[in-house]
Amino acid sequence: MSLYDLLIAPFADYAFMQRALVGNIALSASAASIGVFLVIRRMSLMGDAMAHAILPGAAAGYLIAGFSLFAMTLGGLLAGLLVAISSGLVARATPLREDASLASFYLISLSIGVLIVSLEGSNVDLLHLLFGSVLAINQDALVLMASVASVTLVVLALVLRPLVAECLDPGFLRHAGGSGRFVHFAFLCLVVLNFVAGFHALGTLMAVGMMVLAPSAARFWSESLGAQIALSVLFAVTSSIIGLVISWHAAVPSGPAITLTLGIIYAISVLGGPFGGILTGLIRRPHLQS
Amino acid sequence: MLLRRVTLAAAALSASLSLFLSPDFASAADSGKLRVVASFSILGDLTARVGGDDITLHVLVGPGSDAHVYRPTPGDAAAIADADVIVLNGLGFEGFLDRLPESADFSGKTVIASDGVTARTADGEHGSHGIHGGHPEGHDHTGHEDHDAHDHDAHDHDAHDHRGMDPHAWQDLSNAKIYVSNIARALSDADPANIEDYKARAAALIAEIDALETRTRAAIAAIPEERRIIITNHDAFGYFEDAYGVTFLSASGISTDAEPDPKAIAALIDVIREEGVTALFLENLSDNRLITQISEETGVAIGGTLYSDALSGPEGPATSYLAMFAHNVDALVTAMRGATN
Repeated sequence: MSLYDLLIAPFADYAFMQRALVGNIALSASAASIGVFLVIRRMSLMGDAMAHAILPGAAAGYLIAGFSLFAMTLGGLLAGLLVAISSGLVARATPLREDASLASFYLISLSIGVLIVSLEGSNVDLLHLLFGSVLAINQDALVLMASVASVTLVVLALVLRPLVAECLDPGFLRHAGGSGRFVHFAFLCLVVLNFVAGFHALGTLMAVGMMVLAPSAARFWSESLGAQIALSVLFAVTSSIIGLVISWHAAVPSGPAITLTLGIIYAISVLGGPFGGILTGLIRRPHLQS
Repeated sequence: MLLRRVTLAAAALSASLSLFLSPDFASAADSGKLRVVASFSILGDLTARVGGDDITLHVLVGPGSDAHVYRPTPGDAAAIADADVIVLNGLGFEGFLDRLPESADFSGKTVIASDGVTARTADGEHGSHGIHGGHPEGHDHTGHEDHDAHDHDAHDHDAHDHRGMDPHAWQDLSNAKIYVSNIARALSDADPANIEDYKARAAALIAEIDALETRTRAAIAAIPEERRIIITNHDAFGYFEDAYGVTFLSASGISTDAEPDPKAIAALIDVIREEGVTALFLENLSDNRLITQISEETGVAIGGTLYSDALSGPEGPATSYLAMFAHNVDALVTAMRGATN
């Protein structure tokens, strides 16, 4: 099998494969960099909470506009923002930690969503319809992802410095003044935006995988935040390409193939990464031996 | 001792609750009508036609609802607890009902409407031409068993016996006639006083099904054989395919949940380009983005929406089983004919 057959042919003939590739690269650029901060803040599980928290918004969109993916996604985005901002407010104003307040708000949101769906009397799995898949990215979804990626990267560049301070020492900016609150909420909005766009275009598995696995793997290779962001994006893009190529040649679903490729990179990093990797720790003898 | 008292209290509570929660049956107990529960909208329609005024009917999964994600309400459990007859499709369709009759202390009679139908396997052993590379898809229909449809016991409705069966038997009109006969027999057994009514209504319904079948065969016969290819998003039309000689291709599996692989989608696109397929269809209750995508990629317009697993609401084109089937046939024939111009 020539290199062309292996790498180029899968993308040459079919627009759906090209769109899958472009969409994934766009999401890699934004979600994988946002994810670095998510992991630092110990909020890696936020994605799964978000996947449920958006239900009432999606249901409201469905009630108002019927089977309109646009209305359902917009509703989901609003519900997700509401949950993220409410939990952020509670975390800032009370001693409750952010993970606990997020869990509380997402559960409230989810139960409201289930109630709305059943009041409508229709047993249609809205979230199942709302969550896309890698191979069903249409032009609209592509534009959505490209826009989200652009907005994310610009905003991230603007708030990078205070965001780093905020993530490493949340108390610092809280005491220092108002800008910390703004940065915190800008970050939460970016996270929700990336998740909802990711769910809409690629499905939950992909969106969460990009945002959690890539940054988690990257932290084993460098202590510098900038390098972690770059590596995280690199891992996500590489996995997208490798995963799509594998799923093409082996005829398996693309979402799991890409996420599993990321998982393998993560496993290699956990074992062999120079910063905190298991094998590295074994080779370097402990400093203190009593 | 305490436990027993609690159990009694719970039983009393659930009995009073069930009276309270089951509006369909509230007056039925007084009027002495047969109380029937049907599992989903299509069976509900057939049962209503056969039962007429002699029964009160409660349908669990209503029009426009997906049985794959159904969750029972207390009202459903109460309706089952009070029912004289439950009508199920069988063939593993009612995975969602596994434990409900037992937990609701159902003591009536269960009728499997598909009893006596020649079952297809989900991966198309009876002549389907699906492009799946032979791997099982759909998490709740995976596994493959050689299962002889004719020797299973009517009262054995354990879903595990039907893994790998295609449950959509109602997409063949001659199967629907078997459904109607089974339902009529069950209602007659449970309510012998009205046996003549049930027989007469079933005969009338079967005559209507016969008429539609003649019309369907004539309409499809008018389409050249090489034009009889349809693309949809999930494999619900295997029985239709076998009965009427139309080939259905789909990228995803028989469940609404399965994820397609890129090769399967590419193969579909190739078939559309090479064979000049013009009939591309959406289904109700499904994620249609994949079909929309294929439509954009091949430039073939979407021919409309097919109704496979549920009837439409009163404003839709598929308010009854016969209306649903006629709608599907009209839409399919129109789209396939489009190829010739």
